[in-house]
Amino acid sequence: MAVSEQEILEGLGKIVNEITGIPASEVTPEKSFVDDLDIDSLSMVEIAVAAQDEFGVEIPDDQLKNLKTVKDVLNFIQA
Amino acid sequence: MSANRARVVVTGLGATTPLGGDVTSTWSALLAGQSGVRTLTEDWVDSVPVKFAGVAAVDPSEVLPRPEARRLDRSEQLALVAAREAWQDAGAPQVAAERLGVVVSSGIGGITTTLSAYDTFKEKGWSRLSPFTVPMLMPNGPAAWIGLDLGAMAGVHATVSACASGAEAIGYAMDMIRAGRADIVVAGGTEAAIHPLNIAAFAAARAMSTRNDDPQGASRPWDRDRDGFVLGEGAGIVVLESEEHAKARGARIYAYAAGVGYSADSHHITQPEPEGRGIIMAMTQALTDAGVTGQDIKHINAHGTSTPAGDVIEVQSVAKAIGTHPLVTSTKSMTGHLLGGAGGIESVFTVKALEGRIVPATINLANPDDGIEVDIVHGESRTLPEGDIAAVNNSFGFGGHNVTVVFTSH
Repeated sequence: MAVSEQEILEGLGKIVNEITGIPASEVTPEKSFVDDLDIDSLSMVEIAVAAQDEFGVEIPDDQLKNLKTVKDVLNFIQA
Repeated sequence: MSANRARVVVTGLGATTPLGGDVTSTWSALLAGQSGVRTLTEDWVDSVPVKFAGVAAVDPSEVLPRPEARRLDRSEQLALVAAREAWQDAGAPQVAAERLGVVVSSGIGGITTTLSAYDTFKEKGWSRLSPFTVPMLMPNGPAAWIGLDLGAMAGVHATVSACASGAEAIGYAMDMIRAGRADIVVAGGTEAAIHPLNIAAFAAARAMSTRNDDPQGASRPWDRDRDGFVLGEGAGIVVLESEEHAKARGARIYAYAAGVGYSADSHHITQPEPEGRGIIMAMTQALTDAGVTGQDIKHINAHGTSTPAGDVIEVQSVAKAIGTHPLVTSTKSMTGHLLGGAGGIESVFTVKALEGRIVPATINLANPDDGIEVDIVHGESRTLPEGDIAAVNNSFGFGGHNVTVVFTSH
């Protein structure tokens, strides 16, 4: 079942909001997790685990460090 | 008391307890003689012999923002709530980060996190553990989160001595200021240990009341029919400050944290020493440290946990070290025993008693036990005299740790 990019973005926004309190509307493709959203590495681990559960995609630790922007995560989940 | 040593004042108070989510509501409930103990309704109560506890009146996870609450153990949540209240109560003082410290302790630390994380690990594997598991379970976690919240750089510490932990934290904080290491130190204790394993373990030590048919009558310090302590949870925090710093910024001064005394029984790992030699030593040293005499002490917030072994030894030791004249109370009759949080909330209560010149009554004391010569406040609250007076908070812990803190009005 294909999930649209918009659906993934919405799901990711909910996860980021749940974990960090950042409004889901600020989770847009061009944002950097660290530089724009001020999310630390431990919270990124939480987000990755939650995203794995939500979208059924395994995100290995060595891939996680390459996922710097919201767009990177969208691409990874869709790939 | 050395002439050139900095004097330490109390400029802020914070508490979240089984009686209320802040100092004002808790203190009102204490003066009204209310019990914060209630029957537990969790599905695990059938597995333990004690089915009641002093549950925090206000759930800290409902007070804190959700993203913050989810990365904190409950003991850290409670500590942060009380610390923020105390800091605001002190007027959110301007102080250099290098001159601000934190000493906040817990007796058991993030044990609920430890146990629930182990369940997660066994059921779902390591990768499903929260990346915050370690900072949630470490016993210095509450101090560390408060230090982060306030930006404290002068030192963030967590003294651990079971049920004396909170009082020891306040003593250590006083020493930091008196040694010139800090101008302000946020200090106190926290505990969130209402978990079946803790209840089972304390019950296995035969330390807890099993008065399941009368939870609010279960904590009955000094009463003939007492049968053990009642577990409570919460946190109590004081803002301590050098007198010079507080006066320079025009802060309200509640009281002076004038002296502290420490000792160890070195007698038995859990039982009190029958002659109270360690307790007497802690009280005597605290009085000397504060530069006061037994006659100056008008009030004692006792450790008084409602255990058959400890209560009478404590007040017999008070009679020897201080005298039979102070108004003695055990607020644990209403809050239950907050373990590492006890010294925190009871220091807050001791300061409130000095400020308002009133001592809340010990509840459930229907038939005082034999051998008690001191004046235990029960029935209704009693007033303290005007003028320069002093009060004592006693805290003792498994391991034989004894801590006495002396607060003075002037």
